Amino acid sequence: MSNSTTAETNTQGPEAAAVPPPGAAPAKMVSQGHRRLLTRRDRLTLGLMAGLPTILHFALVWVTALASVALAFTTWDGIGFDSIKWVGLENFKQLFNDNPQFWPAVQHNVIWFVVLILIPTPLGLFLAVQLDKKIRFSRVYQTAFFLPVVLSMAVIGFVWQLIYNPDTGLINSLIGANEPGKYIDWIGDPDLNLWAILVAASWRHTGYMMILYLAGLKGVDPSLREASALDGANEWQTFKNVIFPTLRPTNTVVLVVTIIEALRAFDLVFVFNKGAQGTELLSILITNNIIGESSRIGYGSAIAVVLLLISLVVIIPYLIATFRKERRA
Amino acid sequence: MSTTTATLGKKSAPVRPARILLHLFLAGAALAWIAPLAWAIYAALRPYSETSEKGYVSWPDSLSFDNFTNAYQQSDMSHYFVNTVIIAVPAVLLTLFLSSMVAFYVSRFDFRLNLVLLLLFTAGNLLPQQVIITPLYRLYLLIDLPGITMSGKLYDSALGLVLIHVAFQSGFCAFVLSNYMRTLPHELTEAALMDGASVWRQYWQIVLPLCKPAMAALATLLSIWIYNDFFWALVLISTGENMPVTSALNNLSGAYFTDPNLVAAGALLTAIPTLIVYFVLQRQFVSGLTLGANKG
Repeated sequence: MSNSTTAETNTQGPEAAAVPPPGAAPAKMVSQGHRRLLTRRDRLTLGLMAGLPTILHFALVWVTALASVALAFTTWDGIGFDSIKWVGLENFKQLFNDNPQFWPAVQHNVIWFVVLILIPTPLGLFLAVQLDKKIRFSRVYQTAFFLPVVLSMAVIGFVWQLIYNPDTGLINSLIGANEPGKYIDWIGDPDLNLWAILVAASWRHTGYMMILYLAGLKGVDPSLREASALDGANEWQTFKNVIFPTLRPTNTVVLVVTIIEALRAFDLVFVFNKGAQGTELLSILITNNIIGESSRIGYGSAIAVVLLLISLVVIIPYLIATFRKERRA
Repeated sequence: MSTTTATLGKKSAPVRPARILLHLFLAGAALAWIAPLAWAIYAALRPYSETSEKGYVSWPDSLSFDNFTNAYQQSDMSHYFVNTVIIAVPAVLLTLFLSSMVAFYVSRFDFRLNLVLLLLFTAGNLLPQQVIITPLYRLYLLIDLPGITMSGKLYDSALGLVLIHVAFQSGFCAFVLSNYMRTLPHELTEAALMDGASVWRQYWQIVLPLCKPAMAALATLLSIWIYNDFFWALVLISTGENMPVTSALNNLSGAYFTDPNLVAAGALLTAIPTLIVYFVLQRQFVSGLTLGANKG
């Protein structure tokens, strides 16, 4: 989820993104002796129980991911397998050297991540720390901050269009820039539109991070706080020296979720201005090569491979660390 | 702050300025957070004729739900809501069913592969969707299903969307559920094994009922995620009529929702189901989200 945590991760999501926790309950396993109690039928049942979901997942996620890699070295018009031609690194050469949208897209994905990690993430942490203080109305505040996370990115896109629309939007109406000649085009201007969209993305991300940090803070041992207070530390010192270091597992999850969200960013931009100049993203370029006028399968796959490699650089070390810890436990 | 003063044994004054300041800040921030949605609601409640004459930043002469009823009827939105239900309900149930089976296998039986299996499932769930979309799109066009789907292919069918949702989301669910199942005492299934209960009975009658809290949280989370999905349907559905409501919004906004007030009403209408689920099942949703990010 988009899932995301998610995942995805988003959420999915896209979700949202779904991220497994570092460290989990120790695994107790059925000992060798007990396994002999399994009948042949039991083994068949087990095989099906594990096998069917695995086949579905592998066929639609991993086989296609590998197919992306393979197709990236070919050209194909999509009509019959005979027309698949091996072209080596040609797609990548074109992508890196001749595509005027590619480097801006990479840059925008990086900016997306940097903005999310520098503004809404610390803000979410700050809100979580405040709301963790057993104050009144904490639930009401949480509900307000978390509300955007429940909305689809498409709805968020439409809601923010009502704010950014040059003619009828809230901002231009307020500052009187909605008359011809004075337009501030938040959606079309390539110098502005990415930042306008990032405000909307941050609006959502803050609540998401707040919830993750709130859950992390619940796990902090209260006696640590007390000990720090007895030592005469003030609130900031306690947070910096005691609370924040114990939030390390949460910070890891937050980092991974934020990177994945930045790589997955799509819906919001698509609804906003279809990824027009100024808001190109890798995900948009890939999609344009499928549903756009010119369907270039090999070329689109080459962009997907770039996205895959960046993702794996994040996912693999994270999962290895997570599962190693789990095995040790 | 309060813990600090409390543990130091000082008497805390009944009204602390710092607390008031904090409340002022939080209330202000919360209002600012609601503002974009409130603005959309305000625009949706006003007739277009009025806003085009007076501008959007103005006091209302009349407020009504006309835009909502018009948006709903003109676009035949109930049709798209039905599409969403046809996709989301089977997808959520199937995801929970399949991922709980994988989780059961991985958490209860030591078959060497389990760690690798779980690793690949989780990694697959973290990939951006666009990494796999090009071959997936081609695959869906290649698979002929005459008589099974309306389009005769996996492409442009509800079945195709259900399958990709299940495949993609089951990684997250399998991970969460397997962690949850490991916290269940092992004696439960061992005793059943000794009594000769089949593996299927251990799963269906012993382990699964104990996983209800985790399943409820995941079901809430999955429903909202799948309802909110925009991308899969955008690429894998070609007929506008077959789109689930979230993706249909994009087409409708050009074709039927001709002014910003109608667009606002239409977008808000599609948000209502998620908002209801969120307000009713807030605890499940949040615990599902953090279940994956924290222990237990």
